Amino acid sequence: MENIYHSVRLDDEKCQGCTNCIKRCPTQAIRVRGKKAYIISDRCIDCGECIRVCPHHAKYAVSGHFNEILKYKYRIALPAPSLYGQFNNLDNVDYVLTGLKKMGFDDVVEVSKGAEFISDATRKMLETGVLKKPVISSACPAVLRLIRTRFPNLIGNILPLFTPMDFTAKLAREQAKQKTGLPDEDIGVFFISPCPAKQTAIKNPLCYDEQQLNGAFAIKDIYPVLLQTMDKLQPDDLEPLNDSGIIGVGWASSGGEAAGLLKERYLAADGIENVINVLEELEDEKLNDLDFIELNCCTGGCVGGVLTVENPYVAKARIQRLRKFMPVSCNALPDKFHLDALSWTKELQPSPAMKLADNVLKAMRLMTELKEIEQSLPGLDCGICGAPSCRALADDIVRGYASKEDCVFSSLRAKGGDDSWMPAPFRGGDKHTKVPQEDDYAHDFERAFLKGQDGDETPKE
Amino acid sequence: MESIKLHYDVSATDFTRAGAASGDVKRTLKQLGVSPATTRNVAVAMYEGEINMVIHAGGGEIDVEITEDAIKMVLADHGPGIENVELAMKEGYSTAPDNIRSLGFGAGMGLPNIKKYSDEFQLDTKVGEGTTLTLKVYMK
Repeated sequence: MENIYHSVRLDDEKCQGCTNCIKRCPTQAIRVRGKKAYIISDRCIDCGECIRVCPHHAKYAVSGHFNEILKYKYRIALPAPSLYGQFNNLDNVDYVLTGLKKMGFDDVVEVSKGAEFISDATRKMLETGVLKKPVISSACPAVLRLIRTRFPNLIGNILPLFTPMDFTAKLAREQAKQKTGLPDEDIGVFFISPCPAKQTAIKNPLCYDEQQLNGAFAIKDIYPVLLQTMDKLQPDDLEPLNDSGIIGVGWASSGGEAAGLLKERYLAADGIENVINVLEELEDEKLNDLDFIELNCCTGGCVGGVLTVENPYVAKARIQRLRKFMPVSCNALPDKFHLDALSWTKELQPSPAMKLADNVLKAMRLMTELKEIEQSLPGLDCGICGAPSCRALADDIVRGYASKEDCVFSSLRAKGGDDSWMPAPFRGGDKHTKVPQEDDYAHDFERAFLKGQDGDETPKE
Repeated sequence: MESIKLHYDVSATDFTRAGAASGDVKRTLKQLGVSPATTRNVAVAMYEGEINMVIHAGGGEIDVEITEDAIKMVLADHGPGIENVELAMKEGYSTAPDNIRSLGFGAGMGLPNIKKYSDEFQLDTKVGEGTTLTLKVYMK
């Protein structure tokens, strides 16, 4: 098995061992073990949903320490376009880019620049007809990981091109080498990232032989310092670093990449549950009349990344405003450009993490056992066993990772015949429990409503 | 021979649940490590059959049997039956009502698609009594 790097981690000290993350993980990759959450490595896709939902802030994304840039003689920052949506009243991107440069970088190259090349390349590839339609965007690393673990059948539909981040890194590095004459190891390229999945993709690229970047910094970590730096900037300080237009910057929110293809038959879905539903439909060949499918794991697209500062809808609105003063696009591939320069260097490998066994017969036996165990469980999906659902516990049991005794209800049931062993809310009506009648709530509501209407406590006819 | 048997009651009263049975079979096959191509064929064939049951026959029952070499699906309904089987097997022919068409169904690809995606296809129908589809997809 390949060595899997994950940027989503757990802070053991902060973790209370509650059930919030296990219930919300879209790939059922988390269990509670030994009073702490435990992430099952080959199921985690680094989407960051657990970071979002943990009330104790015990989940976090590894991101670089800013001092890392000092290891390199020439340092380049690559800001994601979602960064532009984090600032109020911004009407010139050069404030952000110059500010970033002043923080200690020698150059700043926008990822939206690389995005415009990828948009152009995608348009060209769609025209040649070599791609299997509908083509699925390869830009969101969490989507890529979701497909290889849960929808391996769809790998052939993924756009086999560099992500804007990786292509921008390649461009920036080449430029820097030509300009400075420095060798690769002296040039440090860092992404300013809205999400942990990008960090994972940098450390463990699935479709390239070489790592294109040296690290990433979370937008939320950079933000306070950047804001201060920007505040001190005078109009004269501004450097003309902005070199991308509406198409490139549009990649920040859901639908932007698809719109940049200038085609009508596309779909753009965002938010991981929606993405999973679209992939299910695509797998069942229900979406065959589409040319392109853009999928972003975060709600709203990259502006909704868990490492951003601003609400995704506010960020999107700000970027819309910014785009108004931009040219449509600033970058296009030269006519005789060979697409190899921005194509994957290796194929994406499937990594089915859900299958029960390596051969079907063995898996069938386990499945029969699993169904029997599932039948014997209470079906409450309470999460007290540390698994997100009764089905998941049954699955863990047949794999040998859990036991039936982990279910508190099954253990209690063994004690008595009636349901007196159940906690009060799960029992039928008895002297300890008041079972609400259907009308109770309706009357409460009616009373409250009428009282609020005219201050009169007596309900009217 | 060892097998896994799954049974589904397909209700026609809740259209939003249509497709749930084939979705469950797909999940099961994935967990069994059945190849993506086989899983896709089963998912597509069964989905179309399930939707047909809901649209035309007022629901029915589906029995699935998974063995080491094949997935067998029996979709039985007590609907109106198919009057002209030859016509029904033609691509583009549909008797689906307008309200169903407005949801994107009724393109007349149901039965032809089911046949395309299954390795064995048997259609038994009697007008006024119902239709039984017996399908097999081999493990590849």
